[in-house]
Amino acid sequence: MSLPATVFSADVLKIDAARISADLEGKVRDIVLERLNRKGVVIAISGGIDSSVVAALCLKALGPARVLGLMLPEADSSPDSLHFANLLAQSLGLRTQVEDIAGILISAGCYQRRDDAIRRVIPQYTAAYKCKIVLPDQVNGSAYPIFSVVVESPLGERTKARLTLDAYLGVVAATNFKQRTRKMMEYYYADLFNYAVAGTPNRLEYDQGFFVKSGDGAADLKPIAHLYKTQVYQLAAYLGIPQEIQKRPPTTDTYPLDQSQEEFYFPLSYDRMDLCLYAKNHGLQPEEVAPVVALTAQQVARVYHVIDRTRSATRYLHRLPVLSEKVPEVPDDL
Amino acid sequence: MALKDELRQFVTDNFMYGKPYEGFADDDSFIERGIMDSTAVMELVAYLEKRYRIAFDDKDLSPDNLDSVNRLVRFVKSRVQSDFTGACDAGRIALRT
Repeated sequence: MSLPATVFSADVLKIDAARISADLEGKVRDIVLERLNRKGVVIAISGGIDSSVVAALCLKALGPARVLGLMLPEADSSPDSLHFANLLAQSLGLRTQVEDIAGILISAGCYQRRDDAIRRVIPQYTAAYKCKIVLPDQVNGSAYPIFSVVVESPLGERTKARLTLDAYLGVVAATNFKQRTRKMMEYYYADLFNYAVAGTPNRLEYDQGFFVKSGDGAADLKPIAHLYKTQVYQLAAYLGIPQEIQKRPPTTDTYPLDQSQEEFYFPLSYDRMDLCLYAKNHGLQPEEVAPVVALTAQQVARVYHVIDRTRSATRYLHRLPVLSEKVPEVPDDL
Repeated sequence: MALKDELRQFVTDNFMYGKPYEGFADDDSFIERGIMDSTAVMELVAYLEKRYRIAFDDKDLSPDNLDSVNRLVRFVKSRVQSDFTGACDAGRIALRT
């Protein structure tokens, strides 16, 4: 059902942070202690806003003795990530453990496989270079979302080349080792302490499949998956997350070159994506949305199309294993 | 084989897994019909590059050029020389549909 045109504004995403926090604390307690029958929670903290808010909520819900923060840097991680994660831990009184996963990734050939894939389109690329993959502009044109790789030589020269299918799949498959190795570590600690693993996607990420299957997409609970990122920031302010973390621009922290989420995945900044996603979910026409997000109606229509297309393409990531025949003694929703 | 038939065959064999497509019109959008996603488009581009020796600019990678059988035919015809008959690596094709 469409909302009246006069209702739609940036205020649609305002929340009562105190009430939402209290509600989520109760739900985390119930999910972890009752439904999952676990003693506590493991959370991978990246120094970003989402994992910071999840950590703070879990601490309020369960107490510091039942929450463990894991820091999982690798060779391409920004030093800022560890800095901000430590800042969060000190500020909240969060117990932490650091596990550098670079050795595991090297042994698995993560970096080598990725670099080999890049060399299919940029033969001069070496391990001394830096790289990232980027999408074309999805708002001002109708180009297909076909990735290019951007590399920077040790002398600072940048080269960009469109990825062929095999090169693209090679880069993605190799890079996905990172998220899956982190999840392996999270479940190691979960098994060690009989804890549950908390995932940290916000609604935009969850809806749009911005995660790796069996990587950061795997978890026992996802406390903020229903909250728009804009709302996660409001919770962060209420929960007293350090200002430096609140001000840190969202980043993928996956490739050696700095890469924004807009370059890699979303056509707009998170605040405008949230509003477009909200508007689409509530049946608003692009003409009603355009002035609020400072776009034309045509551009909003393109963003709507990207949302639909991405939902369809990432449905696979959300699927549970498909059984040839149901096993009725094991229900789908335990 | 006529160009349209050859392109239709490629789409059917690679993205419809050989299923009959009688309900699939030449003007139907591959994206809207759920036949292709972005990785399928990359596969299509690789095919066009190899089969018809088309060099793609980034601006060519648009649904306007690639998102239906008829659009593919128009795009390939615009990029392949009118006297192209024997230079391809898989035999002759007829550009007239």
